[in-house]
Amino acid sequence: MENMTQETIQDSTATVKPVAERQIPERPLAERYVHLENVNMTFVTKKGTFEALRNVDFSIQEGEFISIIGHSGCGKSTVLNLIAGLLNPTDGNIFCAGREVAGPGPERAVVFQNHSLLPWLSCFENVYLAVERVFGATEKKEALTARTKAVLELVGLTHAIDKRPNEISGGMKQRVGIARALAMEPKVLLLDEPFGALDALTRAHLQDELMGIMAKSGCTAVMVTHDVDEAVLLSDRIVMMTNGPAATVGEILSVDLARPRKRLELAEDRDYNHLRSEVLKFLYERHAKKAA
Amino acid sequence: MNTISLNQENAPTLMQVDDAKPEPVGPALVKAEQQTRIPTAPKKPGILAVKSREFLQWMIPPMFGIGLLLLIWSMIAHYSPNLPGPVPTWHSAVELFSHPFYDNGPNDKGIGWNIVASLERVGLGFGLAALVGIPMGFILGRFEFMSRMAAPIIGLLRPVSPLAWLPIGLLVFKMANPAAIWVIFISAIWPMIINTAVGVSKVPQDYMNVAKVLNLSEWKIVTKILFPFVLPYMMTGVRLSIGVAWLVIVAAEMLTGGVGIGFWVWDEWNNLNVEHIIIAIFVVGIVGFMLEFLLLSIAKRFSYE
Repeated sequence: MENMTQETIQDSTATVKPVAERQIPERPLAERYVHLENVNMTFVTKKGTFEALRNVDFSIQEGEFISIIGHSGCGKSTVLNLIAGLLNPTDGNIFCAGREVAGPGPERAVVFQNHSLLPWLSCFENVYLAVERVFGATEKKEALTARTKAVLELVGLTHAIDKRPNEISGGMKQRVGIARALAMEPKVLLLDEPFGALDALTRAHLQDELMGIMAKSGCTAVMVTHDVDEAVLLSDRIVMMTNGPAATVGEILSVDLARPRKRLELAEDRDYNHLRSEVLKFLYERHAKKAA
Repeated sequence: MNTISLNQENAPTLMQVDDAKPEPVGPALVKAEQQTRIPTAPKKPGILAVKSREFLQWMIPPMFGIGLLLLIWSMIAHYSPNLPGPVPTWHSAVELFSHPFYDNGPNDKGIGWNIVASLERVGLGFGLAALVGIPMGFILGRFEFMSRMAAPIIGLLRPVSPLAWLPIGLLVFKMANPAAIWVIFISAIWPMIINTAVGVSKVPQDYMNVAKVLNLSEWKIVTKILFPFVLPYMMTGVRLSIGVAWLVIVAAEMLTGGVGIGFWVWDEWNNLNVEHIIIAIFVVGIVGFMLEFLLLSIAKRFSYE
């Protein structure tokens, strides 16, 4: 069942995409750049065992932007942490770029929800820490500094380079978090509700910037979100998860909107609104969360 | 209503001050100008005066405290003929501190030498304790196994009265001075171990996740994440330790003899020079307070918040 839906989805994307791009997913590795195979996750807590995920099984293509959406507590962050390697699956396998994920590593950079910047380091130093770790063995100090400055410029923070995290706004902190992740030139960028703690205006602004950055870098990305608009706006496909415990992938929705996407134009767009209502129907009709 | 009447009262005086500026402005503008000037005008003459008044106000409660202490002391001295009151003690202190660094052989040295000797012992014992205790705290905080291994040892040894370690020190080192340093060491080490370990164990999981994702080496984790985070906890430990060390030195020196503020107290007791004992109490208190203040200001400098 799972495989069938995926194939049909991939067919539909293929028809929309231009011919030149269609060649890329022919290679099996590119098609299954990140691959979760029957992943189960059970946590052992003091109150007993808790089955968070059951038979989570999906693949992500190279260069694709995937959103994972679901009600809170459905284990979407757990999926992300599994791909990041911060958690080990109880059962099943996770592959990234043809290799089994065995612990965290800089090729799968994470943008944390609460930015997780080190408060005693400046923006520059926070990013430099990552750059030094990944490229320190092969590049000289000037090159590392140049890299750090370039990536901070990419997220528009050149003016705040020497400020500490507590001296800048929440949106700026998250930009540094994104810069730190991008600076590692990861194979996969993992975003854990990256804009969840920001106000709506800042969030919209950063979403637009992220779209631009992703278009430039062509990096594969997985984003956990609870924001339907964010998911439709940014993603190539949306993985919708059922409610926990023992949550799994409910449906995968393909978002065939042309890029670059413009927020204002899409607001009037029929396809956009259709996709949006599809996600809403999944969340509030088929898998409505019972009132707690 | 109240505020308006107040403004009207103030208005004439202000007009007098501003006489030199008879610009023909609209009445509304004049009023606005006056209102903004009323609060600033009286302040301008002396920001120093305001500061010194604030300082005086800040000083009043502690001065009352010290006054109360002196009052109680002189009352007790009044009814107990053996205890000297504040005035004779003061005279004795002036005499004592006019020659703090005289040296008449090993048993008769100035108060300055005695303080220096005590500080030296505390510095050595405390320094060694920091050298051992802080890294130990890091290890215990970082590794669950080590922490559980050390738990019974710390639990057993920490409550032991510092002076109980003195005979062991004398036995092992066969000399009074190293034994006193040993006592300082063993009593000052616990707060540093425990506070450092607590700090390390409280490092937020977020920071450790960053370290994991970046695949940082253990050295980088210690220098870039653990150490900066733990520093405030560590400084608390250091402060507690130096307090304990200074508490213990007086008692230890009373037993070991030689030169030092503790021994000096005991010596003056044998001479029945009670003024000097009271002076010593003040000296111990003031030096302890200064050590605490010094470390507090160091701790503030290292705080990243």
